[in-house]
Amino acid sequence: MTATVAPAGRSVLRRRPAGVGALTPASGAGLGVAMLWFSLLVLLPLSAVVLRAAEGGWGEAWATITNAQTLAAIRLTVLAALGVTAVNVVMGTLIAWVLVRDRFPGQRFLEVLIDIPFALPTIVAGLVLLSLYGTDSPIGIDVANNRSAVVLAFLFVTLPFVVRTVQPVLAELDPEVEEAAASLGASRFTTFRRIVLPSITPAIAAGAALSFARGVSEYGSLVLLSGNLPFRTEVTSARILSSIENDNLSGAAAIATVLLLISFTVILVLDLLQRRMVRRG
Amino acid sequence: MAEHRTAHRRRATPTTWLLRAIVVGYLLLLVAWPLSLVARNALDGGFGNVQALLEDPDVVHALRLTVVVALWAVMLNTVFGVGISILLVRYRFPGKRVLSALLDLPLSVSPVVVGLAIVLVYGGRGGWLGPTLEANGLQVVYATPGMVLATAFVALPLVIREVVPVLEEVGMEQELAAQSLGASAWQRFRRITLPSIRWAVVYGVVLSLARSLGEFGAVKIVSGNVLGETRTATLVVEEKYLNFDKAGAYATAFLLALVSVACITVVSLVRPKEGTR
Repeated sequence: MTATVAPAGRSVLRRRPAGVGALTPASGAGLGVAMLWFSLLVLLPLSAVVLRAAEGGWGEAWATITNAQTLAAIRLTVLAALGVTAVNVVMGTLIAWVLVRDRFPGQRFLEVLIDIPFALPTIVAGLVLLSLYGTDSPIGIDVANNRSAVVLAFLFVTLPFVVRTVQPVLAELDPEVEEAAASLGASRFTTFRRIVLPSITPAIAAGAALSFARGVSEYGSLVLLSGNLPFRTEVTSARILSSIENDNLSGAAAIATVLLLISFTVILVLDLLQRRMVRRG
Repeated sequence: MAEHRTAHRRRATPTTWLLRAIVVGYLLLLVAWPLSLVARNALDGGFGNVQALLEDPDVVHALRLTVVVALWAVMLNTVFGVGISILLVRYRFPGKRVLSALLDLPLSVSPVVVGLAIVLVYGGRGGWLGPTLEANGLQVVYATPGMVLATAFVALPLVIREVVPVLEEVGMEQELAAQSLGASAWQRFRRITLPSIRWAVVYGVVLSLARSLGEFGAVKIVSGNVLGETRTATLVVEEKYLNFDKAGAYATAFLLALVSVACITVVSLVRPKEGTR
């Protein structure tokens, strides 16, 4: 993207300054410091997880991962995150559509509501959901210590992702193409499916990837809500935490490696999607 | 933009109303109603619960610790975030694409994995660097530095994700002009780059602050959760709820929710001004 910022020859300046593109000694030093901090904070700790898992041999790590209780936790986490992501793809696109294309009083309030799950502490999110959908529910719906609690918590914490990735792309779309389609007799639904949907698909996919990753890694909102019952409502992160609390760091590292693998895959997918969106835009 | 909008405004058909109803209903049921119940539960019987909470020295200690840890993490992430954003947008270097992708990693790593990862490197017992650091008098895990690291990890991409798009958009002309007129790198940063990204930095900082104050999973592992020493506000919520002190749990949760809702409201109120600038 840097290439488009200052293309050679198009610059109004005679002299191409040495600082553009190539690193100067000062910026090189800055990059060095930044990389050192990033390594100490992120890269080194994450490598430690993978290496710790490998320490006892992959056989042992595999045995930890394929333990019945762990497998049940991974299956629940992945399936719930997939289901929630599917809901988000539909609801998130719908919400983004209404926010961009519709005008009605109170829209600003909805905008704020969408971002709240992103900023609300996860443990508070659990308590928030518990107050409407817990044992003292004023509407008689009690999902506490139940598998639907996991789905509900994932729905809450992943709400902003699809909305916030689709919204800007939708706002940038040129309405003339849609108007042309409509004038040629296409119904609103056909116009949406044939004209709008193809342009926002990469954004939807990016939002879905983020929402899946967030769901899979969720922990805090489930602590009070799901009860962490083995084989029933225990998610992968909770399983890792109980291994840590039992001082079984190698076991925890083995399960954490599975989650890291998922995170890396999502990051890779996002990178590819972002490149695709940039090329289109 | 404005004319696009008006061009697109149509009569409110039944479909429009249906879509509105679905969206409003979904958001009310998922966010607004539950959130309002927490406020009601916390303020059940006036501000008594909140007041009682603020008289408990352990809770006050937890709140103060939460703020200290969050401020450190936000400061580190702001300096790092602004610096790395400028490097990513303005310079070319090998491995840039990989770095740019890796910077998003903290968004998708489980907080529990973050906590574990930090213990494995900085833990005093068997960590890679922990024993050496502790021999030199710096305890990281089960102390404030570890909590700052965990929090900084979790909130790392927020400033970067706000600043990078703005830097890309403003381009380089003004900086190049300033440079040709003899401005030093620092003058260019302070007079040109910083003013153009200042709102993006503000959003990033506010979002990071909200995220940092509310970190739970990673801090739970790294802090050791010792009452009156390393217990933070979010850990107080869990502990109080599990010990059947629901009033205390709701009151603490209310305080935390108040701060994060305030942060989000500030960002979303300020942001449109930036767009019409």
